[in-house]
Amino acid sequence: MSGGMGIGAAAPRSEDRRFITGRGRYVDDINLRSQQYAWFVRSPHPHAEVRSIDAGQALEMPGVTAVLTGADLEADEVGSLPVAWGITSVDGSPAVEPGFPALADGRVRYVGNPVAVVIAETRAAARDAAEAVNVHYEELDSVSSAAAAMEEGAPQIHEAAEGNLCFNWEWLPSAMAPDAKANTEKALKEAAHVVSLELVNNRLVPNAMEPRASLADFNPATGQLTLYTTSQNPHVNRLLLCTATLKMPEHKVRVVAPDVGGGFGSKIYHYAEELVVCWASRRLGVPVKWTAERSESFLGDAQGRDHLTRVELALDAEARFTALRVDTIANLGSYVSTFGAAVPTVFYGPLLAGVYKTPNIYATVKGVFTNTTPTDAYRGAGRPEACYLIERVVDEAAAQLGMDPAEIRRRNFIQPDEFPYQSPVGQLYDSGEFEGCLDLAMEINGYAGFDERRKQSEARGRLRGRGMSFYIEACGAAPSQAAGQLGARAGLYEVATVRVHPTGAVQVMTGTHSHGQSHETTFAQIVSDRLGVDFANVEIVHGDTGEVPFGMGTYASRSLAVGGSALVKALDKVVEKGRKIAAHLLEAAAGDIEFSDGQFRVAGTDRQVAFGDVALAAYVPHNYPLQELEPGLEETSFFDPENFTFPSGCYICEVEVDTETGVVEIRDFVAADDFGNIINPMVVEGQVHGGLAQGIGQALMEHCRYTPEGQLLTGSYMDYCMPRADDLPSFKVATRCTPTPFNPLGAKGCGEAGAIGAPPAVMNAVLDALRPLGVKHIDMPATPNAVWWAIEAARSGE
Amino acid sequence: MREFDYYRAGSVRDAAKRLAASGNAMLLAGGMTLLPALKMRLNEPSELIDLGGIDELKGVKLSRKGAHIGATTTHVEVAGNVELRAAIPVISQAAESIGDPQVRNRGTLGGSVANNDPAADYPAVALGLGATIITNKRKISADSFFVGLFETALGTGEMVTEVLFPLPQRAGYAKFPNPATRYALVGVCVAQFKSGVRVAVTGAGPSVYRLEDFEEALEGDFSSDALDGLSVSAANLNDDMHASAEYRAHLVGVMARRAVAMALD
Ligand SMILES: Cc1cc2nc3c(=O)[nH]c(=O)nc-3n(C[C@H](O)[C@H](O)[C@H](O)COP(=O)(O)OP(=O)(O)OC[C@H]3O[C@@H](n4cnc5c(N)ncnc54)[C@H](O)[C@@H]3O)c2cc1C
Repeated sequence: MSGGMGIGAAAPRSEDRRFITGRGRYVDDINLRSQQYAWFVRSPHPHAEVRSIDAGQALEMPGVTAVLTGADLEADEVGSLPVAWGITSVDGSPAVEPGFPALADGRVRYVGNPVAVVIAETRAAARDAAEAVNVHYEELDSVSSAAAAMEEGAPQIHEAAEGNLCFNWEWLPSAMAPDAKANTEKALKEAAHVVSLELVNNRLVPNAMEPRASLADFNPATGQLTLYTTSQNPHVNRLLLCTATLKMPEHKVRVVAPDVGGGFGSKIYHYAEELVVCWASRRLGVPVKWTAERSESFLGDAQGRDHLTRVELALDAEARFTALRVDTIANLGSYVSTFGAAVPTVFYGPLLAGVYKTPNIYATVKGVFTNTTPTDAYRGAGRPEACYLIERVVDEAAAQLGMDPAEIRRRNFIQPDEFPYQSPVGQLYDSGEFEGCLDLAMEINGYAGFDERRKQSEARGRLRGRGMSFYIEACGAAPSQAAGQLGARAGLYEVATVRVHPTGAVQVMTGTHSHGQSHETTFAQIVSDRLGVDFANVEIVHGDTGEVPFGMGTYASRSLAVGGSALVKALDKVVEKGRKIAAHLLEAAAGDIEFSDGQFRVAGTDRQVAFGDVALAAYVPHNYPLQELEPGLEETSFFDPENFTFPSGCYICEVEVDTETGVVEIRDFVAADDFGNIINPMVVEGQVHGGLAQGIGQALMEHCRYTPEGQLLTGSYMDYCMPRADDLPSFKVATRCTPTPFNPLGAKGCGEAGAIGAPPAVMNAVLDALRPLGVKHIDMPATPNAVWWAIEAARSGE
Repeated sequence: MREFDYYRAGSVRDAAKRLAASGNAMLLAGGMTLLPALKMRLNEPSELIDLGGIDELKGVKLSRKGAHIGATTTHVEVAGNVELRAAIPVISQAAESIGDPQVRNRGTLGGSVANNDPAADYPAVALGLGATIITNKRKISADSFFVGLFETALGTGEMVTEVLFPLPQRAGYAKFPNPATRYALVGVCVAQFKSGVRVAVTGAGPSVYRLEDFEEALEGDFSSDALDGLSVSAANLNDDMHASAEYRAHLVGVMARRAVAMALD
């Protein structure tokens, strides 16, 4: 009955037809009557006092309606952009959360910091007028790197943050694990070998294909505000608008995130621009639209990563890991973004065990303010940073001990019979068969044939290297109570409503949001599978707080694990009610009714009634047990997971290096992932490909760079190097499955895996190729220039 | 982008007249460089004079003198011209290495040489082959045409109508693409004529330039080995986040060797 489109089918994506034929409806495609346009005046300086703003000339220009500044914002009592996750320092004090006003409150702290907004009848008029707004800045000293910002005498960015320190965090905190620090130090002292590395995790720009856009429509007659915005989580935006910034009651605010062209985390947050258009629309009584230029995306979208880490791994004489110590400096940028403090801490520290049985782990993270664009979650969010350092230091240990990288990992893996496994950094891993995954990846790679391939490469004048990584990550955010204990200021359950129509057609209202993840397809497959209705008779509705119950959106690979589970629970309720209706229609006991393939059947007989007929009976209740049952067939479930889910996987990369030019080419890339149960293998493969592209981009090409003072150097694609299709190999992907016991689908999540596992695999391969030349270290991205210099330095013995 | 007038010229004379009449008009060829500059408000012309409708500016012709390529011939037309590829393959190779299909479908030879981007490919081939840039007013040798950073010998009211590339005995163009832009981080064109060898470098300096000591070495012995022992000074070379000056200097040597190998292939 599912038309072959049930769970496990590689169903073609329902959404593709409209995307490929240009019928998608993105925020910028929506235009309202009398709509006006916002253009932001942004700071050209990384750090300055705003002495005055003179809008006189701008206001006289044709088509200009208003020029608004931070003072107007304050007068209207619009709140500061909120921080949604609080972090506590070692000494028990809360992280410094300086206000983040949507328009500067007298000081600008990064290039691109909004200072004023012009509202005008056309975009061009708004832009012309913005150039005529005369802002008098008094420049201050500034700093872009976190290490420099921590030095004595560095420019102070926020008064409340002495030494530019936002927080000094430890994991596990002494209150939870009093001996973690001492035990780790002891193990390091007593170790047979200690391997240490200093690693940079390079800052990245998310670069979603669709730039951010917001269109706010306040109706003065009803007091109703509708916001169309490029969001991954419209309910979160509404919550923050209503509670923190605009402070309106929820029933007066509707947030719609229509088709959204990619997010990668960057569209989670409540941004200044979206708040300002809402406020301006409310003030002026006209719809106000803002659409980012690509250059604004480079300045204004929260950026990712930017860690500086020292890691030490202790091993005993048999190469068993006995301790891991991590010290990280995380660059938060100029303000704390929505999840900016959580990403380098609670999304990072708890993953530091990796897939290994390291008994002692202790980490500290210093979050530091700098005069740069704020950082926040970007595909993987904390887990890529954790995975990178673990898998780099493990490989380095193998190299120093002369061991095979596969062997050192095997020796330290958590074993299948040890699940659920309590890691020393606070996670309860659900399931995994790491050796099985490793063997699968090695088999696909043809591990044993590497030496021969290396010789062939050498014959062509290329150095060949092979690198491996084994990631594990926490998906399915999140068990709300655990998250709350860690500082989350919101719940992290998910919701689904299943509305069965009288004909048996089904609509699902989900709180998750698809901006590339194919929910319209995979969620429909679940419904089709569970209810036995035709795939084409299922519609997935998302992205509109006016239509969907309160859900938390899409990030952290949570949609299927949490949102899909809410859907399954709601479907179960539908089936339960249907069973009672069917029992009545078939004059049998509900306990005797079986449901399969879309038929309710009296067990052991051929007496049955189709799902569609049950639906009809529910809405035309002439023959219906009205004394016991309400009419209608619509059910809602909230699902708050018991635990995170833990996808894992083994990646193997082979590269060739042209030592004359420093060019690294990827010759082979194998990804063997354990995502638990899979709904649509084609969609999963697509997610893996995208993640790998971003991970390889981070390893070889992408780097968001600033001058030491904080001028953005990579402000366009002329300088920010995005991977293109022909930079990537043809990926070999495979999956193994150990279902998670923590949700009814047994699904773990796959959205970020590639971006987490790829960087260390690539870098380990590059180093493997270059070690014969004496190269010991290279930071991401391994650009031709960087590789050539590393070779030169090794040759000259530096 | 600010407001501007648009004028579609019918002939070279028409375009030249229009250009002379307005102090602030600009010629529009493929628009691949000019339109992004307008969007970023780096240029604010009062009028754009579109050369796209002028038939006399289009096409590739071969003669005894070499290849005559009209100014508005697109990169894709140059790359796809079979006779040209047989006669002077280095031009086709350079054309097909430019940008992506969209850029090659719109961008033109005249726009590229007139723009003289320090990392553009055509200037290297034009200088390497010792081309003649023909304008509505005169003929200019490539040696005097490419003056400096985004600067050419074109005077006001002057436009490129054609480029004449002489026929070399052999030639090669080796390009090391900038990983972000795919313009030339370093590109070297080597061409051998009866009269001598020419070596032109793009991407490395403020403008395309010739490498005389490489030319001398190759005149004695046209082989990659002849360049062994020659080094390139990093002084005055471009230095940016994609490549330090030293790395660029090194790449000039590597690309020159590869260009010679391509020429000999
Ligand atoms: C994404 C991208 C990638 C690119 N990659 C490369 C690359 O790898 N290598 C490379 O070499 N180039 C590259 N380019 C540039 C491309 O080759 C352009 O086509 C070229 O620089 C300009 O040609 P155009 O016809 O588009 O000129 P336009 O943009 O129309 O004009 C450029 C300038 O030349 C002037 N002009 C145009 N025609 C004439 C004429 N006949 N006489 C006098 N002045 C004239 C215009 O007034 C303007 O100032 C790239 C461009 C883009 C957008």
